[in-house]
Amino acid sequence: MINFGWVFAGPYLATMLGDMGAEVIKIETRSRIDSMRLSPDNLDKEPDRDPWFHSGVRNQRSVTLDMEQPRAIPLLKDLIKMSDIVIENFAPRVMKNHGLDYAELAKIKPDIIMVSLPATGHSGPLRDAQTYGPSLTGLAGVDGLVGYYGERVLGLQQAYADVNSALHGAFTVLAALYYRKRTGKGQFIEMAQLEAVVGIAGEAVMEYVVNGKVLGTMGNYYPTMCPHNNYRCAEEDRWVSIAVKTEDEWQAFCRAIGDPPWTGDAKFADRYQRQNHRQEMDRLITEWTSQRTYYEATEILQQHGVAAAPCLDTEGRFFDPHLQDRKTYLEVDHPTTGTDFIANSAWAMSDNPTEIRYRSPLLGEHNSYVFKELLRLSDEEIAQLESDKVIH
Amino acid sequence: MSDKALTGLKVVELAEFIAGPYCGKLLADFGAEVLKVERPGTGDEARERGPFPGHVPDPEKSGLFLYLNANKLGITLNIETATGRDILKKILKTADVLVEDQPPARMKALGLDFESLRQVNPRLIVVSITAFGQSGPYKDYKGYAINASALGGQSVCAGEMGREPLTPPLCLGHYQSATAGATAAMGAIFAREQSGRGQHVDISEAQVWATLHTGNQETSFILHGMKRIRWGHRTPGIYPYTILPCQDGFMSMIAIQGYQWKRFLELMGNGQVPEWYSTEPRYQDRREISLKYADEMDGRLAPWLTSHSKAEIYKMCLEKKVPFAPVRNMEEVVNDAHLAFRDYFVEVDHPAAGKLKYPGAPGRLSETPWAMDRPAPLLGQHNEEIYCRRLGYSSEELEALRNGGII
Repeated sequence: MINFGWVFAGPYLATMLGDMGAEVIKIETRSRIDSMRLSPDNLDKEPDRDPWFHSGVRNQRSVTLDMEQPRAIPLLKDLIKMSDIVIENFAPRVMKNHGLDYAELAKIKPDIIMVSLPATGHSGPLRDAQTYGPSLTGLAGVDGLVGYYGERVLGLQQAYADVNSALHGAFTVLAALYYRKRTGKGQFIEMAQLEAVVGIAGEAVMEYVVNGKVLGTMGNYYPTMCPHNNYRCAEEDRWVSIAVKTEDEWQAFCRAIGDPPWTGDAKFADRYQRQNHRQEMDRLITEWTSQRTYYEATEILQQHGVAAAPCLDTEGRFFDPHLQDRKTYLEVDHPTTGTDFIANSAWAMSDNPTEIRYRSPLLGEHNSYVFKELLRLSDEEIAQLESDKVIH
Repeated sequence: MSDKALTGLKVVELAEFIAGPYCGKLLADFGAEVLKVERPGTGDEARERGPFPGHVPDPEKSGLFLYLNANKLGITLNIETATGRDILKKILKTADVLVEDQPPARMKALGLDFESLRQVNPRLIVVSITAFGQSGPYKDYKGYAINASALGGQSVCAGEMGREPLTPPLCLGHYQSATAGATAAMGAIFAREQSGRGQHVDISEAQVWATLHTGNQETSFILHGMKRIRWGHRTPGIYPYTILPCQDGFMSMIAIQGYQWKRFLELMGNGQVPEWYSTEPRYQDRREISLKYADEMDGRLAPWLTSHSKAEIYKMCLEKKVPFAPVRNMEEVVNDAHLAFRDYFVEVDHPAAGKLKYPGAPGRLSETPWAMDRPAPLLGQHNEEIYCRRLGYSSEELEALRNGGII
């Protein structure tokens, strides 16, 4: 796979397939360093020491080749000729301007599978609109639902759209590969991030389509569950999530919290009543949860068959016994940091567990492998390309 | 029907509500044959969820169910019965993938756990999607979307400090774990081409959050001791990275590059950066603004923002290449000219619910286009086709199975 992707849908997609065993080469350049290497968490501002990059970009090799230099293009094409998949998430015109759009690539590698992850798509009135991941969830109708019930919009405050399109992109690339195995044909995949987000907001879309109903900020309200909230526990900023769907679960919940008298009140007799009086109910539930740690509350509720889990923060997750047992974070050596703990794959496969074959690459770490072993360039040619800042 | 990317792939879906069905939907929409197995009588829980036309409940008219189950075949089968389980195994003998969402202990009790199913069909790939996964101390915990996003660390990232964390709306985590499941299922199919055998794909929704969405925080935590907290309507580090009210709603305002922010200030000041900004030394460092004067700056921008509508501001921003975007509601999304130009939404006729618009392809494949070829199945719609024509039961046997509460 040749990965032209940068911050950050493309690189995430490449990592997902790299975790499954694909050989990935990430095309980078010092002329425009991928801002995943200079994220806000990179306190040293050293491109090889970015914690986000270390976690999000692994099982990929890095080569520095500046595609703004015309002499880089034939080299890129030679790499693409020996590849199965090309990934890119630039603005719509970039690959075409460099003669690297699908039509051109199909000429040199007819069965190539190419996936583009533009923000809004390669066509349409918003084609050239500049966006960031967090504003895409605004455009797609999701951010408007995030906020305390009936209060102002807060939004997800994260690039949810990038992760979502990387995941959908990985799936569609593998679907295209399946098709190619059967027919020998490659194809082009356009994964507009905006559209992939609208699809996962299907429930809100259907509310409007079916009844013209427009949803607003939802808080932790969910129409078919009550209680359904995060409740304050003992110790600062500790919360336990509790969700009750069926009448049996409600009965179990009442037993778990010791059947306090209020649970017998007509105001809380059924889900309909509980939804109508949920603020009062949540306050009463908090009287119970606030006397316990979030783990104690979870354990008591789960023993009674009630869905509950602690709201873990960064530190809490690191030490959680379940996440540890499932190897959610992998310990990996890295020359610039010593040891990193990076995120495992989103899945666990029984026969093919994820392995970190290549820790996160230094910028241009695999230039020698790519230019000498794969492209068979001589030392002189390489030196020339380096001094001309084509390899850069 | 034209050739699709996954034509020939056979999937059985023993799952309900959102996670398993969205996984099945991805596979079905790209061409796999997905056979949805529902419990007799009530069927998939999403049939009770709605939204229903005119708010009148009808298991054949639930918008959520109709959206998530188009392109699938539907049968009813009671796996609580021994006969039901035998029939399921018969179906799984020729399947490539089973998507299921049952608690692990229940699958084991029913003799339908991965090791048992592997005896039935060694090539079968089982995708299990649950809140906490197939292993670990919480594997038998009960969990809904709100619990998975809690454990996976997503919830503590949304909302305001001092108030309760907010779980993502619409059970978004279900869609993420579904997509992870479909992706890993494809990986397992390629692995099977080499190994000749299926495997168990274990999807924990909490793990999907903890890896893809919040996982990189751990690297920063170990390296620098950093922890992510709830930031309300803005992200600190640079200003603007915020959502602010305008005349008729909210604008999502992020400007990473200095020139983007300058363009907006000029837009606001009719071609010039307003004097109250350019003459204030405290406003010249956007990191400082975000850390110390963000509320103050929100207030400074408010008069202009609240005297313009979302549409006006967005139009100006597009013209001046300012990367802000409106926070749109679903009415605006469904009627969006851009999505209409791209024919994103599709319309399908359903025998009970009639013609409805649905979200379309998450991605467009040039050779094997996505399509919604058939509407979601009525409860048990394909019983005869599957049980009689495919599995060879006579119509008398079918009636007996129905009378016996098996289908």
